[in-house]
Amino acid sequence: MIAAMPDLESARTVVTAGPQPEPLLSELSHAGAPGYRLPTLDVPEADSLDAVLLREDLPLPEIGELDVVRHYTHLAQRNVCIDSVFYPLGSCTMKYNPRVNEDVARLPGIAHVHPLQPDETVQGALELLYRLQQALTEITGFESATLQPAAGAQGELAGMLMIRAYHVDRGDARRKKVLVPDSAHGTNPATAAMCGYYTVAIPTDAHGEVDLDRLRAECDDTVAGMMLTNPNTLGLFERHLQEVTSIVHAAGGLVYGDGANLNAILGVVKPAEMGFDCLHINVHKTFSTPHGAGGPGAGPVVVSELLEPYLPTPLVVQGDDGSFALVHHRPKSIGRLKGFQGHFGILARAYTYIRMHGEDGLRQVSQTAVLNANYLRACLADLYDLAYDRTCMHELVISGRRLREQHGVRTLDVAKRLIDYGIHPPTIYFPLNVEEALMIEPTETESKATLDRFVRVMRRIAEEAADDPELLRAAPHLQPVGRLDEVTAARKPILRWGAAGSEE
Amino acid sequence: MPTFTQLTDLDREAMLQTIGVGSIEDLFADVPADARFPRLDLPPALSEVEVQRHVGRLAARNVTVRDWPCFLGAGAYNHASPSVVSHVMGMPQLATAYTPYQPEVSQGTLQAMFEFQSLVCDLLGMEAANASVYDGASAAGEAVLMAQRITRRERVVLSGALNPQWREVIQSYVAARGVEVATSEVALGASGALVADQVAGLVDARTACVVVMQPDAFGRVHDLAPVAAAAREAGALLVVATADPTCYALLRTPGAWGADIAVAEGQPLGLPLQFGGPWAGLMACKSRHLRQLPGRIAGQTTDHDGRRGWVLTLQAREQHIRREKATSNICTSQTLLAIGVSAYLSLLGPEGLREVARQSRAYAAYAAAEIAARTAFRVATPAPFYNELLILGPVGGEAARHHLVERQILGGVPARSLDGAYPDGLLLAFTEMNNREEIDALVQALAEVGA
Repeated sequence: MIAAMPDLESARTVVTAGPQPEPLLSELSHAGAPGYRLPTLDVPEADSLDAVLLREDLPLPEIGELDVVRHYTHLAQRNVCIDSVFYPLGSCTMKYNPRVNEDVARLPGIAHVHPLQPDETVQGALELLYRLQQALTEITGFESATLQPAAGAQGELAGMLMIRAYHVDRGDARRKKVLVPDSAHGTNPATAAMCGYYTVAIPTDAHGEVDLDRLRAECDDTVAGMMLTNPNTLGLFERHLQEVTSIVHAAGGLVYGDGANLNAILGVVKPAEMGFDCLHINVHKTFSTPHGAGGPGAGPVVVSELLEPYLPTPLVVQGDDGSFALVHHRPKSIGRLKGFQGHFGILARAYTYIRMHGEDGLRQVSQTAVLNANYLRACLADLYDLAYDRTCMHELVISGRRLREQHGVRTLDVAKRLIDYGIHPPTIYFPLNVEEALMIEPTETESKATLDRFVRVMRRIAEEAADDPELLRAAPHLQPVGRLDEVTAARKPILRWGAAGSEE
Repeated sequence: MPTFTQLTDLDREAMLQTIGVGSIEDLFADVPADARFPRLDLPPALSEVEVQRHVGRLAARNVTVRDWPCFLGAGAYNHASPSVVSHVMGMPQLATAYTPYQPEVSQGTLQAMFEFQSLVCDLLGMEAANASVYDGASAAGEAVLMAQRITRRERVVLSGALNPQWREVIQSYVAARGVEVATSEVALGASGALVADQVAGLVDARTACVVVMQPDAFGRVHDLAPVAAAAREAGALLVVATADPTCYALLRTPGAWGADIAVAEGQPLGLPLQFGGPWAGLMACKSRHLRQLPGRIAGQTTDHDGRRGWVLTLQAREQHIRREKATSNICTSQTLLAIGVSAYLSLLGPEGLREVARQSRAYAAYAAAEIAARTAFRVATPAPFYNELLILGPVGGEAARHHLVERQILGGVPARSLDGAYPDGLLLAFTEMNNREEIDALVQALAEVGA
């Protein structure tokens, strides 16, 4: 095990926790442990319910407050996070989450407001949402915004349902085909399918961009639209973007913008001016709200005038008297996608972030993100194959093909070895059209020292791959668990305590 | 430079030199020149002090549920939340991590997801659960799509007493799929009380699922045996939806009624109201439907040394593997909120949660009796009810609410604002956060109406 210690960089190695396993809540339970005390009931008991309506037992854990706190402290110690390590997870924009956002979100007037309060008691909340709608449309160049979608994927659903509603409204029922680049996120085809569409993949050309000839060939009168990420998932700006959107428009289709990579283009280009008809925004990426170990996010969608009538409800509007109101009924709306008006607590954080930056600040965010990514590209180009050797935007995709061919070391092994050096691995094996892909997104909040260390570690790992490939294949070496048996986990699922893995 | 970057001018120069370009602008040559670096007409940047002041002022213009007595429900409930819950959700190692793609450095998240799934199963009496979806309403939408995949049928039956927003979300989710939606009627009987839901009668051999709410949107607790039998007989799935799952401290569970899928809103289980979110949708099913359950799922396994650990599992259902054939496009769970729910259930324990349910019911029952005895309003929700009531009176729901706001009471939701076909009354909800004094003030204010 000593040989596995990465001596050069050991000072920064992050072990998530000691070797002691943390018991499950059910294992910590101690019958009769006193629970949370409520105020004393000061009215008579309600009549008892008919026995047929009652449950028999209530098998919840019984744990004292201190031990609940310790349990979650121990679980927290078994994670790495942005606050502890460099986390260049491509396509996820793991930038620093400012603490002021958290303070703002916990103000009583933000955290403790019921969503069905009368408008006159929530004017501050409505104004915040209204101002955020305005900021998002200004940043992206669109006409209007909905803040309702709960996450990027639900924003995609909103956008594609609006595109569908547009075609249906025009009596154009033939359109069933949605075009998606082969480098697209899986959510794109999955969303199209939820809208009753089938998808056709458009190949990537030799420059890492949409193949225009193949696009033209697919653009007939059955095309409902195209779903396009720009910069694309290879981290490249689509240089023929206006031509792409024109081709789709000429066929009568609309262009959905996947805003996953918006962090590259704040104040750099407005997507609406490139011909997109709508765009979703992942505020947990671009606007710094915490990723929450997998959620919550928020996925506002901005749209052109063409799609405005179909926006989900409710919308925030300002009346002639300056007051704000929620509009719940709009005749052509695609309706609701979730309860109430969106992830307000997250949106308040995003609003705070935008207000702290303004025009120049946001542009510098993107410029710095792009600078950091290109710096890594320049520093890694000799050791790892660049998927496409050109200036990238906020992220770069490299291939571990050479390490596999020369040393039998896979990208997965490189990723696991990075963990030993206290770095969260980049996104791996995506996009699907790059062999042994590593997708690296440093974000603008990292220092040059952190980037330099990452480069040193990546070089060191390439050397290790040559000298001692087994070291990489067995990585990570210092975590509370090693590589886990995912095959058995899927074949005999154990998905809750007290259940044996008996499925299939 | 923006507040949260760290590069110095010297850093930038050195980096540009390494890259081999003269300026940062040169990195954007791929962007069409005529559209590059547009003006953004945004308010000027604020410092931390200024932004706290600005948002603080906006926040101060909202009445909070701590300022005035709150009797609002209809899908969001002002239950007590132990301080620990928000502190756990604030732990940076949980809040600033992402989806546990690398299980060796995400065991905390994965174990917490597994614990949440277990607690959801235990609370709802179900066999399998995912690690949460966006909220209860979208969980209902996903449940209907799931039922459609399982049964390969194209008709769904909804109870009219299912929360109207949840019905709207289901409509949006199925709109593109050509699914026929049948909804039972909500009606007042001769006595002025809501008549029993006729939803079971709408279930037929083409029905994929029937979705009922327990307690229903008017607070009524149902014996679900008849609708469960109708579903079983027709080969349709039973989906039980719950807006305030604190009721399952007392009530027979969806699983015990025979639900194939159970969904619930997690907010009442310790999550702050936040003007509508983020919360967490609870979603559980029978084991045999597991492969059609959408969303993230954590599973227990072992590493090469036999140590217990957890991984994301059954990913072959999901969009990043299956793409257009995935069970859903969803690629996140509300993990941080799900952790909050687990912390809440652990802190409350069985006794604490029973006390929440006992008090919520008792305050509702007390209010019902007082309103009937002392005001011109009558209670239209028939017994047994849980913690929510529809009241009808001399004025409509909007006017009644307006009067209560003048008395500084957050006093209920006009039923017609939720569904134009509902009786023109006011929905009132009660929790352990209320007390006799607050309810007496509510009753007094209602007594002034039409007196």
